[in-house]
Amino acid sequence: MTGAGTSTPARPGFASELGRAARAFPTLLRIGVSEVVAYRAEFVVWILTTNMPLVMLAIWHAVAADGPVGRFDQKAFTAYYLGVLAVRLLTSNWAVWQLSMEIRDGTLSAKLLRPIHPIIALCADHLSAVPMRAAVISPVVAILIWSGWDRLLRHDVVLLLVLLASLVGAWLLIFFAMVLMGSLAFFVESALGIFELWIGIHAILSGYLVPLEALPRWLRGAADVLPFRFMLGFPVETLVGLLDRHAALRALGAQWGYVALAALAALGVWRAGLRRFSAFGG
Amino acid sequence: MTMTAGPVALVRRYAGLFRAQLAVSALTAMQYRADFVVRGLIAILWMAVTLAPILVVFGARHTVAGWTFPESLVVVGWFTLLHAVLEGAVSPSLTAVVEHVRHGTLDFVLLKPADAQFLVSTAKIEPQHVVEVGGALVIFAYAFAKLGHAPRATEVAAGLGLLALAIVILYSFWILVVSASFWVVKVDNLSYLFGSLFDAARWPITVFQGALRIVFTFVFPIALLTTYPAMALLGRLDLKTAGAALAGGLVFAAVARQIWRRALGHYTSASS
Repeated sequence: MTGAGTSTPARPGFASELGRAARAFPTLLRIGVSEVVAYRAEFVVWILTTNMPLVMLAIWHAVAADGPVGRFDQKAFTAYYLGVLAVRLLTSNWAVWQLSMEIRDGTLSAKLLRPIHPIIALCADHLSAVPMRAAVISPVVAILIWSGWDRLLRHDVVLLLVLLASLVGAWLLIFFAMVLMGSLAFFVESALGIFELWIGIHAILSGYLVPLEALPRWLRGAADVLPFRFMLGFPVETLVGLLDRHAALRALGAQWGYVALAALAALGVWRAGLRRFSAFGG
Repeated sequence: MTMTAGPVALVRRYAGLFRAQLAVSALTAMQYRADFVVRGLIAILWMAVTLAPILVVFGARHTVAGWTFPESLVVVGWFTLLHAVLEGAVSPSLTAVVEHVRHGTLDFVLLKPADAQFLVSTAKIEPQHVVEVGGALVIFAYAFAKLGHAPRATEVAAGLGLLALAIVILYSFWILVVSASFWVVKVDNLSYLFGSLFDAARWPITVFQGALRIVFTFVFPIALLTTYPAMALLGRLDLKTAGAALAGGLVFAAVARQIWRRALGHYTSASS
């Protein structure tokens, strides 16, 4: 039985498919949540692997001990890296691993037979980890509010709304980027290798390792244009009050533009890949 | 049969086994040519990512926590070298053990007439990480050119000795992680935790203060892994510290070996 879902007979209308997905979504979310709770020890270990912001914070603290670097003093670095930690933990997901593995070992065949689009199921699966992630970052957020109250955005409702929209945008952008890279497993054997390249570039150009302001000018220019900043750096900068209203709104527009592009590209690669999919198993 | 063989014959037997394992994994790695090239490229990119924050930090200051830029580069050099050893020789084999335990195929390894720890530790090697060894040598050369003097022969010897110790410690940590897989099976994320902690070793230990300093000296000793070898190469390490490091590292390795043997006793085949 090759290509379980490649030839879809009498494809139902797009609208009815969406309706069905919407009805199944709450159940999928519930399954996801109970899965996260069942594997909580594993979940905590995953959380602990995101320790680089704390290491970088320690280093910048040592550097800024004798005076600020640019407009960052020690307290600004604390706020920035706690923000990075919180946003990163809240928005990260690893759909790429799941997807490329399922494509390679053929487990995808079974998923294609289900009456719901595999990407929607994948989305629900990763979205359901968000409440648990929010719970995990709450101490980080508490420390952030306690230590950096005077520099966080508080008076500006517009910026607060931009922050919320930017968090949703960051999650979607990361998710579609993951689906895009995972779907490459239809075509090449080293989709995970491409993902590793992506991690490396992301670390520098998203503001994860170093605030983008501190990068050399030429690299800064690249970081402003490429999508990586909108996955992490932009929400963090908004959160810790580094952006004014005008800059934040412009960045938000760019971010959602990238979300739309990434969604189109991901679904395009997925469709093209599905046509040549012939693994079986599961 | 192994019991009756003399020590010389034993060493020769294991050397032969090691050669065979090495040849097989080299052939396997080169079989997937596109992947081989991609992984080589990743190794190069990874070095750039390692250097970036250090360049940015030293772009802002001349010295950080008592270390100048070229001195920190020596630490980065050791880090790159160790990373190559870890990713190229230690991690792949031991990740394979976790798979063996999960699938129950460890039985076949245990049945072979050779030491199981030796067999699983040499099962898989990724030769493309040699690129990183080259990168580390370039970093060393640049650092010492900036410092304006070459390390003395004794300093190089001390550095290499501490490198060997660092490899033993890394390997022992890995063996502990793998031993944990006999009890909790799904342990592959522990290896990511390990890798993420190791990433901190690119910085000299003195930049860390307070709790992080204690963790990185005694719990997960990145000081031993990269800072001390760098200090040895720079001629800043005294004999007493080196001796203590050596003793501590060897005791740790012995303990890890014992835990591995206990863990093996705990192994109950999963299937097959």
